[in-house]
Amino acid sequence: MKQKITIEPVTRVEGHGKVTIHIDEEGNIAQSRLHIVEFRGFERFVQGRPYWEAPVLVQRLCGICPVSHHLAAAKALDVIVGAGTGDGLTPTGEKMRRLMHYGQIFQSHALHFFHLVSPDLLFGVDGDPAIRNIIGVAKKFPDLAVQGVMMRKFGQEIIKATAGKKIHGTGAIPGGINKHLTQAEKDSFLNGPDPLNVDKMISWSIDAVNFLKKYHKDNTEFIDGFANFPSSHLSLVRKDGALDLYHGVLRAIDKDGKKILHDVDYQDYLSYINEEVRDWSYMKFPFLTEYGKKDGWYRVGPLARMNTIDFIPTPLAQKEFEEFRAYTHGKPNGMSMHMHWARLIELLHSAEMMKELLNDPDLMSGELVIKGEKKSEGVGLIEAPRGTLFHHYGINDNDQLTMANLIVSTTNNNEPMNIAVNMVAKQYMTGQKKITEGMMNAVEVAIRAYDPCLSCATHAIGQMPLEVVIVDSRNNILDRKRR
Amino acid sequence: MSKPIVATTSLAGCFGCHMSLLDIDERILELIELVDFNKSPINDIKEFTEMCDIGLIEGGCCNSENIHVLKDFRKNCKILVSVGECAIMGGLPAMRNNIPIKECLDEAYLNGPGTKEGNPEGILPNNEELPIILDKVYPCHEVVKIDYYLPGCPPRADLIWNALVALVTGDELKLPYEVVKFD
Repeated sequence: MKQKITIEPVTRVEGHGKVTIHIDEEGNIAQSRLHIVEFRGFERFVQGRPYWEAPVLVQRLCGICPVSHHLAAAKALDVIVGAGTGDGLTPTGEKMRRLMHYGQIFQSHALHFFHLVSPDLLFGVDGDPAIRNIIGVAKKFPDLAVQGVMMRKFGQEIIKATAGKKIHGTGAIPGGINKHLTQAEKDSFLNGPDPLNVDKMISWSIDAVNFLKKYHKDNTEFIDGFANFPSSHLSLVRKDGALDLYHGVLRAIDKDGKKILHDVDYQDYLSYINEEVRDWSYMKFPFLTEYGKKDGWYRVGPLARMNTIDFIPTPLAQKEFEEFRAYTHGKPNGMSMHMHWARLIELLHSAEMMKELLNDPDLMSGELVIKGEKKSEGVGLIEAPRGTLFHHYGINDNDQLTMANLIVSTTNNNEPMNIAVNMVAKQYMTGQKKITEGMMNAVEVAIRAYDPCLSCATHAIGQMPLEVVIVDSRNNILDRKRR
Repeated sequence: MSKPIVATTSLAGCFGCHMSLLDIDERILELIELVDFNKSPINDIKEFTEMCDIGLIEGGCCNSENIHVLKDFRKNCKILVSVGECAIMGGLPAMRNNIPIKECLDEAYLNGPGTKEGNPEGILPNNEELPIILDKVYPCHEVVKIDYYLPGCPPRADLIWNALVALVTGDELKLPYEVVKFD
């Protein structure tokens, strides 16, 4: 009997998505798709607005990582106002933005790991759905839940101090930043009472990495085998190959680790990347033009970054990075669940970066903004928590936006997420007479590993109810099961 | 006495209002003592399992699925609260309301610089699995009756907290100047 399984909405991710899985008469997976079901039209409706509104308008794509959009837009506008192509700001301007960005990476990674993913690890993929959530975690593992909550809070407070608001701030402006850090803010972040100080954040980040490593040791088969597939990887890297989440050149490697995009200037991204449209999803499918639609797809995000970079420029995270790389003998790591490991290494790196930046006197004084000769077009890229984020704007003589092109992190992961869904559906559902809630959650676990921000992706956000529809070959519905 | 039950959803919003709810930080632990949660994107309850006392709605309605979910919330929640600018007045997504939807789709999928070469066939997303896009983005109260409104983009965590506590305890809602902002 043919079956169609629908997982809708996908939950504990950020955005609106649904999964459909078609099972044929022999019990094989005939087709599986992750659909992004919302469309908002930012590219068109920002046209005509004054360009300086872009950093505050476009960040409202997404309330999870608004800082990424805020900064990517500001970086594109830096180019337009003649403030260099990402590294031409004043020390204060650049460092305040960096602090804002690392604060957001920290809060976003903490949110994803503690609030969204830890329930799967602590209660099991097929654990009781009634308690398999952050509230269940808070009741059963209160210490861990408090850590997650306070780490997120610390990151949000950093954002507030640099951007003016925790969500949808206004700190970054074309050519720089609009405020300094105050002495009181600096003192509180560096030496505040436990747990809200940066040293505690570093030590809790180490605990989180160790927690995941222990879980990995105890569940090696699951963590290594689940949605494990080779792919290309893409990210920004600093010119010397270091991890740099704020600025760099574009690098991509293939599944064997060979460079296929050689540290290029991202102002020319259109020479390297195009986007495919498929009629069943509002999310586009980007690919490296040289390798075509079929083979040109790649992964972005924490796992991709751990594969593309040469080293991490902070000592504690570098130590963890070496261990991570050694696990696959220096070869690119294609294991989807290792995304969590990579993400926590970045959590630690962000904590270290915040400490380094907070001790920098440039944050508290110095010129805020720089401007030069105006240009009509600019591209801004940043490594958002979920991967490489592209913003591209054009303006006219009246300073109005005439064009906006956005390739958000999750869109870059569209093809990999679809592949992961397909693998897990095949692994868990092939030949099964009864599709259980646990099997359906397994599909979501695969999606969740990518920490997809479907809100960003539809330029919207969301969740998936789970519904199984059993249909005959004429698409008549024979049975329906919801959870 | 059993605890009041809260459900939440994000329609055509950005999840920022849900994030602002999480910005109540350590009070989350108090909140879960105070209320139980039903259908919400932060848990895996995908369909209502019982009648709820309070439904928090983020986002306006931009497609047929948003309308369906919102009506479902009205049916299953005694009190509905529009949380944030998008639920209250469509918010930023409503900037598309004076532009034909076809122009928005063309810009995103046909005319964008990345799709000129990437989409030579001129495909637009259009599939039975995708909900129908509405002509405009509608605020929630134009679709169902809404009982309360919390302004802000997003509403400050303290506003959401004060409002929830007031609704649950029946005490008067405190609205000092610092917590009511409209951006």
